Amino acid sequence: MIEIRWHGRGGQGAKTAALLLADVAFETGRYVQGFPEYGPERMGAPITAYNRIDEDPIRVHSNIYDPNFVVVIDDTLIEPAKVAKGVKSGGAILINSKKSREEIHARLGGYKGNFFVIDAEKISVATIGKNFPNIPMLSALVKIAGIMDEAEFVSGIEASFHHKFATKPEVIAGNMAAVKLTLQEVNA
Amino acid sequence: MIRERLSGNEAVATAMKQINPDVVAAFPITPSTEVPQYFSRFVANGQVDTEFVPVESEHSAISACVGSQAAGARTMTATSSCGLALMHEILYIASSSRLPITISVVNRALSGPININADHSDSMGARDAGWIQLYSENNQEAYDNLIQIVRINEHKDVMLPGMVCQDGFITSHAVENIELLEDEIVKTFVGEYEPEHYLLNPNETISIGPYDSSNFYIEHKRQQAEAVKNAKRVVMEIGKEFEALSGRSYGYFEEYRLDDAEVAVVIMGSAAGTAKETADRLRAQGIKAGVLKLRMFRPFPGEEIAGALSHLKAIAIMDRAESFSNMGGPVFAEVKAAMYDLETRPKMIDYIYGLGGRDVRVESIKTVFDALQEIVKTDETGDVYRYLDVRE
Amino acid sequence: MKKNNQNVTWKEILPGGTVWSPGNSEEFITGDWRTERPVMDWDKCKQCLLCAPVCPDCSIPVEGKKRLEFDYDHCKGCGICVNVCPFDAIKMVKEGK
Repeated sequence: MIEIRWHGRGGQGAKTAALLLADVAFETGRYVQGFPEYGPERMGAPITAYNRIDEDPIRVHSNIYDPNFVVVIDDTLIEPAKVAKGVKSGGAILINSKKSREEIHARLGGYKGNFFVIDAEKISVATIGKNFPNIPMLSALVKIAGIMDEAEFVSGIEASFHHKFATKPEVIAGNMAAVKLTLQEVNA
Repeated sequence: MIRERLSGNEAVATAMKQINPDVVAAFPITPSTEVPQYFSRFVANGQVDTEFVPVESEHSAISACVGSQAAGARTMTATSSCGLALMHEILYIASSSRLPITISVVNRALSGPININADHSDSMGARDAGWIQLYSENNQEAYDNLIQIVRINEHKDVMLPGMVCQDGFITSHAVENIELLEDEIVKTFVGEYEPEHYLLNPNETISIGPYDSSNFYIEHKRQQAEAVKNAKRVVMEIGKEFEALSGRSYGYFEEYRLDDAEVAVVIMGSAAGTAKETADRLRAQGIKAGVLKLRMFRPFPGEEIAGALSHLKAIAIMDRAESFSNMGGPVFAEVKAAMYDLETRPKMIDYIYGLGGRDVRVESIKTVFDALQEIVKTDETGDVYRYLDVRE
Repeated sequence: MKKNNQNVTWKEILPGGTVWSPGNSEEFITGDWRTERPVMDWDKCKQCLLCAPVCPDCSIPVEGKKRLEFDYDHCKGCGICVNVCPFDAIKMVKEGK
């Protein structure tokens, strides 16, 4: 079983990314869970979302405390959300930031495992035209965690976009470009 | 069979779409809001021919349901927490008037202090209102239970309202795999609602809801109690019928590794899966752990539960609601009463757990099994009324 | 139409208290709520029919444009008919006398 914890702020799309991941992983024939942890529902408030992905039916209905992967969509959450907490050995933390690896590492509280710093804003602005960091972070996660074959992910996420953005199809092309650029740029 | 991934709320709204009730009257409240939200979209898109009645409170929602079901229409609603509490008065009108209304309850704590997360205090507050109550572990069961309860409620030997409960956010807002039945199969399974007597029948003039003097009231209650008794039989019959077309088995409860178990937990709702996972991990260490997952709380299957638990050494009954009796929660009271008639009884303790959305982990249930093993080892029950994962 | 009677058992009682027979309030004898009864002086009655429509219990039957004797099974003795009668043709008398 792969367990993932997402940290973001309300409005940044952490929950959406978790649900999209559940969607594309489901399409590969696996069992999935995608769920948010609800706190104050307002823009800017820290939120947490989770995924479980497995070959077998998933029975546990608790939050995830020892994830394989952690995705941090907003680097201001590194300290307050204690993002490195519980990360399994062999796992990794993915952080959206413009800062250097050294700067980020110094803020991870002695964390010794793998971590990746991804400038999702840069990818998003270059492709979507605005700062929507969740799709680049989702794409980076799929590549780094090896959750599925890249081609499978690209076709799966496109189908999900057509479903999710049924009323605004004009945003699909930009998001697909963000997916592809991320897969190209991220060095797993 | 359609392989899908849906949240618990989407699953329930999908079941409602396939059932295509005549009337849905609802008022939004977190975390059940999405159910009427999704459903009103089906109405707007013409995917159902339901009359959707947006009302100004839950008291009005269930009152509209009473009127509509009495008129002869299959009627459903959804609610949570304080919304169900506001319906309280009318819940009794629905059951005593023998109106088979269906509510999708998305369980949430009752205020106060104000809290929007899962526990069973809302539906436990309605446990004596004469409604059938089924609890669901996940989106699949919420979907399957909703389809079955329509048939159970409307059975001529029952004619009672019923509620299908699932845990707020934990399953209602979690996307998981689910197997849906084809529209036609659900349509055939639920059939048409054909009441024997209803207000809009031009060939029979009737009055519903008159004053019932003390010369009749208790006879009506005794008759209502008989309908609840009949519901026990009907729940099994409908469960068998549903299994034949879905392959998924439904009874009063699920016995998980209970046969040779020495210690077990009795639990309802989303934490049951977590408990089964815990039992598996303990079994791997040689501990004979089992789980009884209760699906039907009303009517309460006392004799059957006593039969399933009689051979155990120690049991923990898990209550996701307080009843402030100072003697444990509502599930504990029922299970303990059911066990009284046994010649020899296991030792029993109660845990109040998960209130207001407190997360229930495998590690949490593990401490419950640890306590049970301690009881077996020392032969001392100790505190009967306990709290799980509360800061001391 | 099935009806309840005073000795109906729980097995036979109509479910939910539903009343299956329309207009059955006629069978409920409310005349025994009365402490005073209206009594006609037929010599004074001009058959003006002012009394019949004001009776709240429909207890003044009218046939062929003429009022008949009171329906004492349902008259509750309110005395409104006495008040509207322009000819003093109705008076109230204590029950039991």
